[in-house]
Amino acid sequence: MAAPLLQTRDLSMRFGGVQAVRSVNFSLEEGELRCLIGPNGAGKSTFFKMLTGQLQPSEGQVLFRGRDISYAHAHQIARLGIGIKTQVPNVFDGLSVRENIWLAANRIHSGERADNVVDEMLERLGLTGVAKRLVGQLAHGQRQWVELGIVLSTDPELILLDEPAAGMTYEEVHKTAQLVREINRSKALIVVEHDMQFIRMIAKQVTVFNQGSVLVEDAVENILRNPLVRDIYLGKQAAA
Amino acid sequence: MNARVLNFLGLGLVGIVGVAFLVLTPRLAELDTVLDLTIYMIMAILALSLALIWGYGGILCFGQSAFFGLGAYTYAIAMFNIGDSTVPLLLAIVLPAAFAALLGYFMFYGRISDVYLGVITLTVTLILFNSVNSTAGPEFHIGVARLGGFNGIPGIPPLNYPGNKAAVIDLEGMFYLSTAALLATYFGLRLLLASRFGRIIVGIRENERRAELLGYDPRAYKLVTFTIGGALAGFAGCLFANWGNFVSPTIFGLAQSAQIIIWVIVGGRGTLIGPIVGCIGVQWLSAALGANQPSGSDWWARLLANVPLILGIILVAFVLLVPKGLVPTLGDFGLWLVRSRGRRVATSLKPKQAEEG
Amino acid sequence: MDLIALLAIQVLYAIASLALISVGLAIIFGMMRVINLAHGEFLMLGGYAAIVATSNGISIWIAILVVAPVVVGIIGIIVERTIIRFLYGRMIDTMLATWGLSLFLVGLTTAIFGNTTVGISAPLGSFQIGDYRTSGYTLFVIAVAAVTLGCIFATLRWTRLGLIARGTMQNADMAAALGVNPPRVYAITFGVGAALSGLAGAVLAPVSGVFPTIGVAYVAKSFITVIGGGAAILSGTVSASTLFGTINQIATFATTPVFGEVALLATAIVLIRLLPQGITGRFFRRGL
Repeated sequence: MAAPLLQTRDLSMRFGGVQAVRSVNFSLEEGELRCLIGPNGAGKSTFFKMLTGQLQPSEGQVLFRGRDISYAHAHQIARLGIGIKTQVPNVFDGLSVRENIWLAANRIHSGERADNVVDEMLERLGLTGVAKRLVGQLAHGQRQWVELGIVLSTDPELILLDEPAAGMTYEEVHKTAQLVREINRSKALIVVEHDMQFIRMIAKQVTVFNQGSVLVEDAVENILRNPLVRDIYLGKQAAA
Repeated sequence: MNARVLNFLGLGLVGIVGVAFLVLTPRLAELDTVLDLTIYMIMAILALSLALIWGYGGILCFGQSAFFGLGAYTYAIAMFNIGDSTVPLLLAIVLPAAFAALLGYFMFYGRISDVYLGVITLTVTLILFNSVNSTAGPEFHIGVARLGGFNGIPGIPPLNYPGNKAAVIDLEGMFYLSTAALLATYFGLRLLLASRFGRIIVGIRENERRAELLGYDPRAYKLVTFTIGGALAGFAGCLFANWGNFVSPTIFGLAQSAQIIIWVIVGGRGTLIGPIVGCIGVQWLSAALGANQPSGSDWWARLLANVPLILGIILVAFVLLVPKGLVPTLGDFGLWLVRSRGRRVATSLKPKQAEEG
Repeated sequence: MDLIALLAIQVLYAIASLALISVGLAIIFGMMRVINLAHGEFLMLGGYAAIVATSNGISIWIAILVVAPVVVGIIGIIVERTIIRFLYGRMIDTMLATWGLSLFLVGLTTAIFGNTTVGISAPLGSFQIGDYRTSGYTLFVIAVAAVTLGCIFATLRWTRLGLIARGTMQNADMAAALGVNPPRVYAITFGVGAALSGLAGAVLAPVSGVFPTIGVAYVAKSFITVIGGGAAILSGTVSASTLFGTINQIATFATTPVFGEVALLATAIVLIRLLPQGITGRFFRRGL
């Protein structure tokens, strides 16, 4: 069996006295789309940050294509082919949309090729009209899309999205879901989300976090019917 | 009129004005004035070094004077020991650059940012000031050059044509050299900032995290930027040592550091022309204010001659009222004028079209 | 034995003076996140206030302990209302504006008092420890530092005012919702920080004299003590002063005063590199 694209072994994170992530074993195949859900404080964000290099694990490993990236710097991880979209949009607010995308494209293309890639990306995301505007002046939904454009322009193999649908209108959520499904045709994705509507639009496999560990991993239809999952969201102690 | 054309026009204008200034000034102005203008050119290069580091690189350096001073002192000491100016000139650029690289490595690879960068760079220049200031005795020397402590190093030999020790540079020559150097620095930096490297460091300034997540190593880019800025400041220091043939520890002091920052703020942080304008403007103003030392009861005149007082008011006023600096604010104002004129012209065309249509 | 006692007093004095000159800045930075680069000038103004008061017949103790803090405190409140309050949240801009203020104050005092050093002689004479003489004023400085820090601790910890101040700094909106007036708290806090700086400047005036640019000597040291100390106001100031003061004194004792200064500055750089959040960023984190 081929090695998974991304894997974690007994991954743990402890902050002072708090065990935020406990011994998580996770794996993602090439081209797979996985959603991470779970109530607030379940450890999804912390787990996510260990994948992106923003946090270094207290214990355990993160492996990308079999290679240990547990202690790699964020920029090294990005160079391995992992694209990251953060929860709070991290874009270059003082620069134009075009310049934002260029900075991403420039990492793997040069000169005229980079400019062409930028034009294509703007076209694909419907941002050609606002190409010259400063990103800081755009509406929230558009800023999220600029960030998606930035992430896609480095042509990563694996894309990590942290709440891509946050703060969006229903229209925008729909468009984003469409885009994510399209991206999934050639790339693997891990999506952390709260928005159940969005999850239903994109998901096949879902991993549910609770109190730092994986509660259950299953297909999306089963997850939504699973009483354990309902319980953790509604606050009741799950019956044994 | 799109942005690229405007950009080229602007560059062309600067080039023409610059070359004209270079060629005409010694012919038209008194030697006194030429001497004054030379120091403005030299300080403008210093201002550009901070404009690169801070304005474009986003690195808050409160100790740019450290590299300036190191350049001046290195030139002086090397010149006394070697005699021919080729190597001292090179050393005056390389040594501050190396120091900047070392300090930069320490700071950026230690993930120190923002305010703390300011404090550390300030502290470094103070260490240099304190150390050099106390080297007054004859036991403090490097080769044949005495460091001189608070007395400074007088009688620094001027630059000579490479290989020909007898052909030393004169006052006019210093002017040509400094002005040409300023123009070269300006255009060189414009090229750098338009390049891939330049656009990336601006990105890192805008959002370091995002640049990192794209795969750029911010530490390395900041290090290179900081080193280039240090080299430029060192070069300016060498020119400075030649201009006055004298250097003293005040060059490392808080006042000098403050001046450089004031130039960049007043002129405008995100531009290159801005800090040049700010530097020359503030320097000229200080000189003009401090020139007449009025006595007696004319308190208004005495107030105006009080340079720290006036500079302080200017700095506070600019931070509160003109935070972007002169050149960007004037630029914005100009754009607003052009746009509102454009609107008026457009509306006045409409009735005519209606008649013709 | 006597030498050790003497050295111990010198070390305590170095720690005490560092702590005194830094605590005002620590309050302003720690509670308001404002970097006041005119801090050295507040110290200088405190010195001048004490000297003007003494030369007008006021007792030296009252001049130092009452007049100076009050005068500089009022100046502080004026500065906060006219400059600082427009720049909250803009840390770099406050640094720059206060740098401008510092230049302005230097120019102003030079115009009023001229460039020469003025001083008052240190009261309390000297006393003998074995073979060595040392100044009694040294002990006074140590005492003032200890009492001042103690009072600040008591105020912050046990009084209503201290609680209001701490609450407002943590969350201004919540404090406002509870009836506190945040702008007034900010003004008072800045004023108190300034007053403490004025006190420090006055206390140290008999030691080094006062001249318009004496602020320069203070500002760097107090800054690095505050930044090196970290977010907790008191434990940060005390721990950083102890570290830097001790190293400074020992280096001075072993070599020269200049090298003592350099040693202090170099230690600061190393400290910030190792502990970017300051001492209390790592230890004593929930302390005052």
